[in-house]
Amino acid sequence: MSEKMFSEWKFTAKDIAEKPDLFTSGHRACAGCGPATVLRLIMKAVRGPTIVTNATGCMEVASSIYPYTSWALPWLHTAFENAAANASGIETAIKIMRKKGRIKDEHVDVIALAGDGGTYDIGIQALSGAVERGHDFLFVLYDNEAYMNTGIQRSGGTPLGASTTTSPAGTVIPGKLEPKKPIADIMVAHEMPYVATASPYYWRDLITKVRKGLEVNGPAFLHVFAPCPRGWRSDPAKSIELSRLAVETCIFPLWEAVNGEYQLSAPSKVMALSPQKKKPVKEYLEVQGRFRHLFTPQFEKMLDEIQRITDMRWQRLLKKCGM
Amino acid sequence: MNAKMKGNVKQEVLALNGDEAVAYAAKQSDVDIVAAYPITPQTIIVERFSEYVANGEVETEFVCTESEHSALTACLAASVTGARAFTASASAGLALMHEMLFVTSGCRAPVVMAIANRALSAPLNIHGDHSDTMAQRDSGWIQIYVENAQEAYDSVIQAFRIAENPEVLLPAIVGLDGFTLSHTLENVGVLPDDAVKKFVGTRQFPLITNHKGKKVPFRLDPENPTTMGPIALPNYYFEFKRQQEEAMKNALSVIRQVHDEYAQLSGRRYGDGLLEPYHMDDAEFATVCLGSTAGTVKAVVDELRAEGVKAGLLRMRTFRPLPVEGIVEALKNVKAVAVMDRSMSFGSHGGPVFHEVRHALYDLGKRPYVVNYVYGLGGRDTSPTQIRGIYEDLQKIIKTKSVEKLVNYVGLRE
Repeated sequence: MSEKMFSEWKFTAKDIAEKPDLFTSGHRACAGCGPATVLRLIMKAVRGPTIVTNATGCMEVASSIYPYTSWALPWLHTAFENAAANASGIETAIKIMRKKGRIKDEHVDVIALAGDGGTYDIGIQALSGAVERGHDFLFVLYDNEAYMNTGIQRSGGTPLGASTTTSPAGTVIPGKLEPKKPIADIMVAHEMPYVATASPYYWRDLITKVRKGLEVNGPAFLHVFAPCPRGWRSDPAKSIELSRLAVETCIFPLWEAVNGEYQLSAPSKVMALSPQKKKPVKEYLEVQGRFRHLFTPQFEKMLDEIQRITDMRWQRLLKKCGM
Repeated sequence: MNAKMKGNVKQEVLALNGDEAVAYAAKQSDVDIVAAYPITPQTIIVERFSEYVANGEVETEFVCTESEHSALTACLAASVTGARAFTASASAGLALMHEMLFVTSGCRAPVVMAIANRALSAPLNIHGDHSDTMAQRDSGWIQIYVENAQEAYDSVIQAFRIAENPEVLLPAIVGLDGFTLSHTLENVGVLPDDAVKKFVGTRQFPLITNHKGKKVPFRLDPENPTTMGPIALPNYYFEFKRQQEEAMKNALSVIRQVHDEYAQLSGRRYGDGLLEPYHMDDAEFATVCLGSTAGTVKAVVDELRAEGVKAGLLRMRTFRPLPVEGIVEALKNVKAVAVMDRSMSFGSHGGPVFHEVRHALYDLGKRPYVVNYVYGLGGRDTSPTQIRGIYEDLQKIIKTKSVEKLVNYVGLRE
């Protein structure tokens, strides 16, 4: 990792607590909403003039009901599939307007926010294009693993075996039959300067990665785990605990790839160095109603399959990280 | 040409095709960002513009996006950030932008877009007709259709002033017929760079009240945060749409003003900027049409006039907003009108221009006969003989006091 790429930014819990919220309270997200917590944390990493753009989705809808807004910084929503194209336009406009002296000559960070639908599925074309063009922006995927805003439909980010309204667990089909698309790896394959995964339980890691994504010159991609109690049929009080379990079971490992060089982040490094600490995925799955059907004799084989794929992906990741 | 060139500034005559004329106008209009995606017959516009960028002839960022959807999105986002944005497209490209056309007008982003009008698939066809822009007539964009490359040049420059006027703040399309105009070389009088730059000026931002009750410029500005493109529920959405309609109404007079002001500079006029009547003062038989076909119709009108037939043409330069008053004024004393449509509105008994012209005339005490001629789809040529045939039909209608066919197809095998 190049030292020049990132500042030595250090912060304490007190710094974060005292920093005014840029994603403010009063939004209409549900109790226990993972994405809302994630956004609040992300905005703690903002370092200066910043413009945020949001794909259509829960967070856009919950935060911008006219004439109210939860955004204390300039914010733009235009459509579902184009958060990265919005960022392209904003970044380019700032660049040329600075050059022409139309606005103050200072750097402006651009953050694009999208859910799993707006990233894995309908948004991937605009995202891939914007990254290929090298725009200087941070794309944050808040992944609640289905189209929650429209009522829990499966996306390319929905995990294997999850029951959603368009991949329902029936009497013969055990929920979604396909594993989650490895979106962050796909972004690494773009040879972009910074890609990372994060989880809100590890808030310090998350905030640091957001700051790194902003500091890096060029496109950055951050994949953030974001539990949805409504869609996951989980206890709203347990969203943060789930964010921890996902990392401890290695179903959502934390890593970063700087200029394509993979490196495990501290919480996942613990699992790599002390494999006995790695928990079975069952512990993560059994507390969520969307996987309830897997705990029946008819479908229990799917549990083994989920464990197998989790382990396979974890081993691959370890290899990429040189471990 | 000389008569048309008596402006206030010295002009140069260049040999340009329609696409090149558009690119040249955009080059002179102090555009901040061009985001675009190639599609025939528009591609020359972005190719020429890329050359201007590559040669350092413009202070513009060129973003070559991965789709038209992202091209318009980037223009929209840049525009609400405060930049002057331009793009170009056609046919399938415009269709792919469909969703973002409504978002752009709804966000009140004054993006200017040139469309080299082309047929829509299927079957695939790259040639000229108006299916692409007519399909977008309800998307909240101003639509100007030009007759030749000169007007394409003049209209793009005017479009920035119209779109960015605080009383309007709507995106604008300048449509030029694919191939007939986009790829055909003409002599085009161009204004000096500084004259155009002065004419278009820099963007002015109206003040809006933000969520803190503070008056701030209407753009994304880190010092004055605003929330753009929010969700509006049934309690507010309707008012937003009503405001867009009001802006369209305002555009009617702004288009005329900008056209007048530009005419002072260039010496070139296209009617009042909304409608261009040709021999309409005492016309008994008139056609209404858009785009390059008007040139052919004018030649036929000249012939008919020489023969003593009181023929006229009403060229609709601005289709959105629809200049209803001007249409009524121009056609109220005519006996029979043929409205020419270069697109179809399947299942609706006639083309869109026909519907709207006929609708405009409904309140007249004494209405002329109004019939429809669909022509030139997929680039099919429309000859002077065929247009003469239309005027003959109109004369027959008056003679027999009856309409044989309300909707007619020109030069079609049936």
